[in-house]
Parts: sequence; C-alpha cells; structure tokens
Amino acid sequence: MPADREPVLAVTGLSKRFGGLQAVRGVTFDLGPGEVLGLIGPNGAGKTTAFNLISGFLVPDAGDIRLDGHRLVGKKPHEVCRLGLGRTFQIVRPFPRMSVLDNVKIGALGRLPAIGAARERARAIVVEVGLETKMHAPAGGLTLAERKRLELARALATGPRLLLLDEVMAGLNPTETAAIVDLIRAINRSGVAILLIEHNMRAVMSLSHRIVALSFGEKIAEGPPAEVASHPKVVEAYLGEAYVHAPPA
Amino acid sequence: MSRRAQGVAGAAVLALLVLLPLFLGSYAITLFIFIFFYAFLGQAWNVVGGYAGQLSAGHAAFVGVGAYTSAVLSMQVGLTPWVGMFVGGAVSAALGAVIGYLGFRFGLRGFYFVLLTVAFAEICRVVALNTDAVGGALGLYITFTGNPRQFQFQDNRAYYYVALAMMLLATGVAAWIERHRFGAYLAAIRDDEAASEALGVDAFKYKMLAMTISSFLTGLGGTFYAFYLFSLQPNAVFGIPLSVEIIIRPIVGGAGTLLGPILGSFILSPLAELSRAYLQGSGWSGAHLILYGVLLVAVVLFLPQGAYPYLARRLGWTDHAR
Amino acid sequence: MPDATLVAQGLLNGVLFGGVYSLMAVGLTLIFGVMRVVNFAHGDMMVWGMYLAWLGATRLGVDPYASFLGCAALLFALGLVTQRALVGQILDAPHEMQILLMLGVALILENAALLAFGPDPVRVRSPWSAATLWLGPVFVDVARLVTFAVALALTLLLYLFLKRTDLGRSMRAAADNRYGALVIGTDVRRVYAVAFGIGAACVGAAGALVSPIVPFSPSGGLSASVASFNIVIIGGMGNLPGAFVGGLLVSLAESLGAVFLAPSLKELVSFSLLVVILLFRPAGLFGKSPS
Repeated sequence: MPADREPVLAVTGLSKRFGGLQAVRGVTFDLGPGEVLGLIGPNGAGKTTAFNLISGFLVPDAGDIRLDGHRLVGKKPHEVCRLGLGRTFQIVRPFPRMSVLDNVKIGALGRLPAIGAARERARAIVVEVGLETKMHAPAGGLTLAERKRLELARALATGPRLLLLDEVMAGLNPTETAAIVDLIRAINRSGVAILLIEHNMRAVMSLSHRIVALSFGEKIAEGPPAEVASHPKVVEAYLGEAYVHAPPA
Repeated sequence: MSRRAQGVAGAAVLALLVLLPLFLGSYAITLFIFIFFYAFLGQAWNVVGGYAGQLSAGHAAFVGVGAYTSAVLSMQVGLTPWVGMFVGGAVSAALGAVIGYLGFRFGLRGFYFVLLTVAFAEICRVVALNTDAVGGALGLYITFTGNPRQFQFQDNRAYYYVALAMMLLATGVAAWIERHRFGAYLAAIRDDEAASEALGVDAFKYKMLAMTISSFLTGLGGTFYAFYLFSLQPNAVFGIPLSVEIIIRPIVGGAGTLLGPILGSFILSPLAELSRAYLQGSGWSGAHLILYGVLLVAVVLFLPQGAYPYLARRLGWTDHAR
Repeated sequence: MPDATLVAQGLLNGVLFGGVYSLMAVGLTLIFGVMRVVNFAHGDMMVWGMYLAWLGATRLGVDPYASFLGCAALLFALGLVTQRALVGQILDAPHEMQILLMLGVALILENAALLAFGPDPVRVRSPWSAATLWLGPVFVDVARLVTFAVALALTLLLYLFLKRTDLGRSMRAAADNRYGALVIGTDVRRVYAVAFGIGAACVGAAGALVSPIVPFSPSGGLSASVASFNIVIIGGMGNLPGAFVGGLLVSLAESLGAVFLAPSLKELVSFSLLVVILLFRPAGLFGKSPS
C-alpha cells in the first residue's frame, strides 16, 4: 500500500483469550481508504472474534486498533460506530417490530438527529439497497436475502468510513449472492472501505483487493487474492476445500 | 384515521373531559380522579416499562418517596407541596437513577431487573416501617386544611382538574418521546439492545434517561397521593399492590403506546370499583387483585400488545406518518 | 453482642431450616433449568402447600408430616395445569410476557388464599411441634429436625429421578436442547408439564413441612419467592446441587441475621441480600449464566 495513504483501519498485535483458548493471537493488518479486505479462514480461526474486538463488543487482552488514527480499544460499540465503523452480524438481527424504513432510520439518526431528516435519508438508502417494495413492511416478515440487505442498509445509514460485513452471503443462493456482491461493490465504489468475513470463496476473490487469512487465531497469509489462494499455508488450513482454485468472477 | 381527524377527535374528548364535572355527582368525580391519577402513574411507568421495555415492578417506591418527601417537608418545614412536589420528584428521580445505574451497569435484564426493582421497593417499605421519624408502622397523617396553597382543596372538582392536568402532562411527555429520536432509540433498544449499539445508540444513556424521567414523574404523583388521601402507610404506598395498580393499566391498555395507559385506566378503574363492591362481603379490599391477576394472564395469552393496538387494528386506525 | 449460645442456636436452626429452603429452591431451579421460565408464583404455591396442610390438620385431623405427600400431589396437579394451560402457550414469547404471566398467576393464588383463609396468620399444631431435644446448651426442635430430614430425602429422590429414570433423562435432554429433544421424539410438552408439576410439588411439600414450624399467612408468598430467587441465583439458575447448597447458605445467613439484628429487619436483610446477589453473582457460585 502506498506510504502516503493513511490506513482507514490499523490493527496491531491484536490478542484475545477465552479461558484456555487463545482465540486471536498477535494479529496485525491494515486497510486502506476505499479498499476491500477479505478475511478468510476455517471455522474457529478467530474471524468473528476479531470483528467483535474491532467493533467494541469485546475488549482485547493486548494490541491496538485505530480507525482513521482514532484509538478504538476500550471504546463501547456505539462510540466505535460514531467514529465511522458500521457492522453487520453473522446471524441477522433486524428490529422485528419495526418496519424496514424504521429499521434503517435508527441507523440514520446517528448523524441526523432530526427524525424527519433521518427518515428521508433512510428512505433513500432503502431504495439504494433495493428494498423499496418493502419500505413499510415489518422487518420480522422478510426473507433471509431481504434481511441481509436490511442489515447492510442499516449499517450504511450510519454513514461509515468502514463497513464490517460478517458472512453476509451465508445462506443465500447463487442469484441472491451475485446480487449482494454487486451491492457491496457499489457501496465500496461510493467510498466506503470494507472488511468482510466470508466463506464463499468465489465472492471473496471477486470483491477483495487484498485478503488476510487466519488460522487458529494467527495471520498465516496476506496479499492479493490469487496469491493468498495458492499460498501453501492457506491450502493446508483449508485442506479439502475445492474453492481454492475458483477463477476470479 | 388521518392526523387531522385524530387531532379533532382528541380535542373533542378533551373538551368533554373538561366540561364533565359540571354534570357529574361526587362519586363519579371521585371515580374519574382515580382514572386520571392511575393513568398518570401508568403513563409515567410507560416511559421506561413500555417504550424502553424495561419492566419495573417496583414503581411504588417512587410514589412513596415522592409522597413522604413532600409530606414531611410540608409538615416539618411548611414548604408548600406545590414546590415540595418537585423536590419529591427530584428525590424519586435520584432513586430511579440509582436503581437504573445498578441495573444497567451490571447488565441486569428482564427477570433480574424486575427483581431489582421489587427489592428496592420492598427495602423502602421496610425502612419506612421502621423509621419513627416518618411515622413508622402507623404512617403519616396529614391534617386537612382545604388550603389550596397546601395542595388541598375543599371541592373534589379541583382534584379532578389537577389529576386531569397531570395525566395530560405525562401523556405530553410520552408524545414528545414518541416523536423524537429518544423514542426511536428506546424502541430499538427494546427490540435488540446489541444491534442498536452497533448502530451508534448509547443504550445505557437512553435507558438511564428513561428511568430517571419515569421515576421523576411517578414521584410527582406521590404528592398528589399524599394530599388527596391524607394518609401515608408504608405498606400501602410502597407495597406490591400499588406497583401492580401502576403497571396493570398500561399493560392491559397497551405498553409502549400513547393511549394505552389511558385506555387501560378507563377500563380497569371502573372494573376494580365494581369488583370491590361485589366482593365487599369478604372484608378484604384487595380482592380485586384477583381480577388483575386474571386480566394479566388473559392479556399475555390473547392480547399481548394490549387493548389499544388491537382496537386500532380493528377500527382501521393506522399511523403511517412516523 | 449476643452470646455464643444464641449464635450457635442460630447456626443450628439455620442449617435445619436450610433443608426446606433447599427443597423450595430445587423446585424453582428445576422449572427454570428445563423451560427457562421463572416461576414468580413460586412462593404463593408454597403458601398454598402450607394452607392445604393446615386444612388437612384442622378439617381431617391429619398431621402435616403425613399429609405433605398429599399436598405435594395436589400442587403437582396445579403445576401441571399451569404449564399445560398457560405457560406452554408462551414458551417462545419475549421474556416480559412470561414474567407478566407468572405475576398474574401469583396475584391469583395469593388473593385467592386471602379470600379463602383471611389475612390473619395461622399455625398448624403437630404432636411433634412441642418436642425438643437438647444438645448441650442448644436445643433442637424435633419438628425442624424431621422437616430437615424429609426435605433432604425428597431432594435426594429428585436427584435420583433426574439421573436414573427415563423421564428424568428426557427432562435433562429437553433442558439442554429443546429442538434436539424434539427431533429424537421426546414429548416435550409432557416433559415440561411434568417438570413444572414436580417443581410445584417440591414447593408444596416444603410448605406442608414448614407449616408446623412457623406461623404463616397469604402475604408470605412474596418473601418465600424472594428467598427462593436468592438461593437459585446464588446457586446458579438451573443448577440443582447449587440450589441445594445455596438453600443452606441463605438459610444460615437469614438465621444469623435474625440473631444479630432486630426481627423487623429480617426482611431488609433478605432484600438487601437479593440486591447484592443480583449485582455480583448472576452467574452463581457454580458458574453457568442464563443468556
């Protein structure tokens, strides 16, 4: 990464242990402005833990996390969000009793305290993610693919510099996946950096500028998608996975 | 029903309520006083229990604290309850802040938070029972002077208007909350606190605000209680039966809705009166609590959102402009 | 400063009464462990156990130490019906609904007792009530001793039931993983109903066993519930051995509290203890926190 660009996210020596298990050990990586960084690794590699550490839901045992130079360690999730980091959850969590619009409105209220302005911005984002037909539908009644879009829309409404996407494509069929990939690309093009955890290798390869691979809590590889995909340590960690040789989409 | 029609209907009902005392006898006025007063308390509870979704079963603590504060200040220092009311409210708010801080800082949710609120109410009750300075088990009796400066009125109708004004005040606060970011954030916290945090909502701060506002308003009600009933007994003013009276109206009427507590009070106060008269022979005046128990069970099983949302759906009143 | 004899007596009484507390708590923790439902009506069910024993003693001349099984059976039926008709309908509802439901049941039970029996405290006279044994400077109420022994026996029986019988195993399976239990064909509804029934039976038996020892009235339901919650939270929700040990501990604490403090402050101790427990030990001494 060119030296004159300050990274959006700088993670240094991140570590977290749960009882006897070292979930994350000394992980270090950077994310440049407008970059898409894929975070891959087998189950239990520490990816979601890393997300929780970065977004303030967990406190690291050691390490530093900086967003645009601001120190994130020790900050609560809502403070982290205010500083410009949005995240989605692995198991989607819409506000079930509220409409799609109202869900997104909650995100928008962060930057636009006036309800009217927030609602308008929310409306625009709902259209942007393609949920216009469900604007007033209760979130509890949406399909899985629609909920994923809602989750994205809500996080987007907070006006983030960086978006953390946790397995957004899990449970989606190929058509839905392709649509979400396009949406994520569009969001990235509008200037939002993206850090995504994903098991869908095809999608990760096609979206990411760079990839970081984790295994048992440690970083085992980092670099452009094709390079990481053929890295011996990564192949070893994923032994048996056929997707490693998937061509870029 | 459009916003405009809602406004007109509301104004009409309000005018009716204002004019009603001209046509009603003393018993009916007393009934309305209780309807308004418990609607006020229910609406105050609604802020934290309905909108914020933090179930409190110990709100009687705030009534008691507010009541004893203004009563003692009036009797010992001669402070007019019109001012004492706000002192009482402030003390209640402080207690509410303590309970809220302990509960929310220590991550007490649902059942644990309910227990915390009940524990505090009971602690207040036992402390009051054992503190001779505030009358101990005998309680406090306020001398009736009928002097408006001492928040006392000869005419029942004056109490009617005070109670009505209080109900409108609490409802006004609830309406403001509903229409602003505060209310939207509370609804998000209620639905999924962690998800709301990820969207920048400081859940702790908003829950604390809700709790403090709720306990402040409830504390104000304590003064009305003291200077309408003229007697403060620890078991009555801090006890679970009062807490139940407070929460049953918004729950039956619709927790987290603007008109829920009011509707609930209009349904329940007359019902309680009827059952009290019916079960008079047993000698136990709290028997209407059985009715409350049955209603709670029925609401949970058949109308979990309360009467108001059900009615609104049936009558086609929907609210898009939110 | 009370003398050593009083303290020793307090300790002894605390341990003996602990048997009852443990039985109460075990019932509550079983219900929570299996269904994740908090039985707010627990104390009021106990009060009904007490009154049923009282009815048995005054109307039928049956000693509570004989009738406790009958009381337990009746409360079992009550628990079964409560679960089938009410709780079972809202197992997937938000927690607030469960709390409100059980609060409603508590109100019904408490005030029905008030209507039926009046507010004045009563006591059951048992031939055992007056007998005492002397152990040096301290004395043991035979009644308390028998109560302790029976409560212990019942708790042990319950433990064996859960560990050794098929139904008990199904219950533990359903507690661990409802859907898993469903998948392997467990009649979860039946398991839940039985669990609630057993929980109620425990507390009904506890009530009957306690009836000759202390005076009681319908308003005692709340403090019995609070004592149960104290114990179960300390011991860990759903943790049976924890509830047992917790019962002894809380009983000791209350008993010693009564020695050192004025009796009118006994309730203050319970509730303050509850606040402290809530703030510092929701995971219980034995680990495992409810999510």
